[in-house]
Amino acid sequence: MAKPKVATTSLCGCFGCHMSILDIDDRILKLVELVDFDKSPIDDIKEFTGPVDIGLIEGGCANEENVRVLQDFRKHCKILISVGDCAINGGIPAMRNMIPLKECLEEAYLNGPTVHNPSGKIPNDVEIPLLLNKVYPAHEVVKIDYHLPGCPPPADTIWEALVALLNNKQLDLPYELIKYD
Amino acid sequence: MSDTITLTIDGKEITAKRGQTILQAADAAGIYIPRLCAHDDLSAHGSCRVCTVMVNGRPQAACTQSVADGMIVENESDQIRNIRRNLIDMLFVEGNHFCMFCEKSGNCELQALAYRFGITAPKYPYLYPQRELDASHPDIFIDRNRCILCGRCVRASRDVDGKTVFEFVGRGAEKRVAVNAEATLRDTKIALTDKAVDVCPVGAIIIKRVGYKVPVGQRLYDHEPIGSNIEKGAKKG
Ligand code: SF4
Ligand code: SF4
Ligand code: FES
Repeated sequence: MAKPKVATTSLCGCFGCHMSILDIDDRILKLVELVDFDKSPIDDIKEFTGPVDIGLIEGGCANEENVRVLQDFRKHCKILISVGDCAINGGIPAMRNMIPLKECLEEAYLNGPTVHNPSGKIPNDVEIPLLLNKVYPAHEVVKIDYHLPGCPPPADTIWEALVALLNNKQLDLPYELIKYD
Repeated sequence: MSDTITLTIDGKEITAKRGQTILQAADAAGIYIPRLCAHDDLSAHGSCRVCTVMVNGRPQAACTQSVADGMIVENESDQIRNIRRNLIDMLFVEGNHFCMFCEKSGNCELQALAYRFGITAPKYPYLYPQRELDASHPDIFIDRNRCILCGRCVRASRDVDGKTVFEFVGRGAEKRVAVNAEATLRDTKIALTDKAVDVCPVGAIIIKRVGYKVPVGQRLYDHEPIGSNIEKGAKKG
């Protein structure tokens, strides 16, 4: 029987949650026996090769590319999991949500005390994904089946969740594995 | 007339003193009823509704409702759980709670309640409101992004400290904790030793330069859910 497939991505995140995935230590060897990785920075597969059992989303949606990737994950993944506070509530990037986007850009590229920008322009290249008005949690963009909070979630939380779901068990996290920091 | 009465909470018969609230009677009997605005040393406020219980089939705030002989109280049912969970969810989405860098994280009663309820994400959309921060005072700041309008600081400053540093202004979504009308914290007589500084259940009123002092793993709610001390029948603290 083919192994179940797992895909992962980092949207508007810092890769901390991916570090936490790696932080399962030697269990990573067991994980490689248990599953095959599809689209993921872990194996550097850029596009989905087919349907996937579990998708792990790090980060919220800050730009149009994040939205496209997230929708692509929803299309390909049977189970989609928000991993970490950025996917769940926008996290640190969402601190800009209380400030109008124009003001954020002007502060970053024109008015900030350390800005050196002789052109006096805000970058606006077709190659740069357009920013959204604010950072959106993943579950406000597509349906998310499970949430693993934490900044990042403890490696044990990610491990417990993967093992339970791969064995078709209910995901019942013990008290100590639900943390928001 | 005897001073002692009996009532049942989730089918368990307990004795209580006349004049006690349901919350006080439950505490004494080792039954935890979740709460946010209630505080042992302050008068009841009845505003957060997290302590909602069914009393003879009707929803009531356990922190304001007094006990009566033969009262039938329901504390642990799916219906009650749902009400409380929705309230906790709403408190998260209507403020800006970034627990990952909040000084109160691990010691915060709102966060601890969410943990106790096993909440991994709120089910309502986030509002990301614009809220003011007042860091004018040399030792204390107030970050309204995290304020849940429980009114503990208002009551503590008025009734215990005798200063009335805090007051609510505005209505509905605009309601906020204000300091002496439009003044800032620096203009008040607030002191580090004030009860008002001590009672905030969340990270809204914070003492400067002591944040993150307690390491992760040793904080109030790292290992045991909020309310465990009451359930163990230990003295509350
Ligand atoms: S006040 Fe509590 S819930 Fe809000 S950010 Fe701080 S720790 Fe989290
Ligand atoms: S500042 Fe703290 S104590 Fe005062 S109302 Fe807000 S949450 Fe309650
Ligand atoms: S604790 Fe009773 S209403 Fe807040």
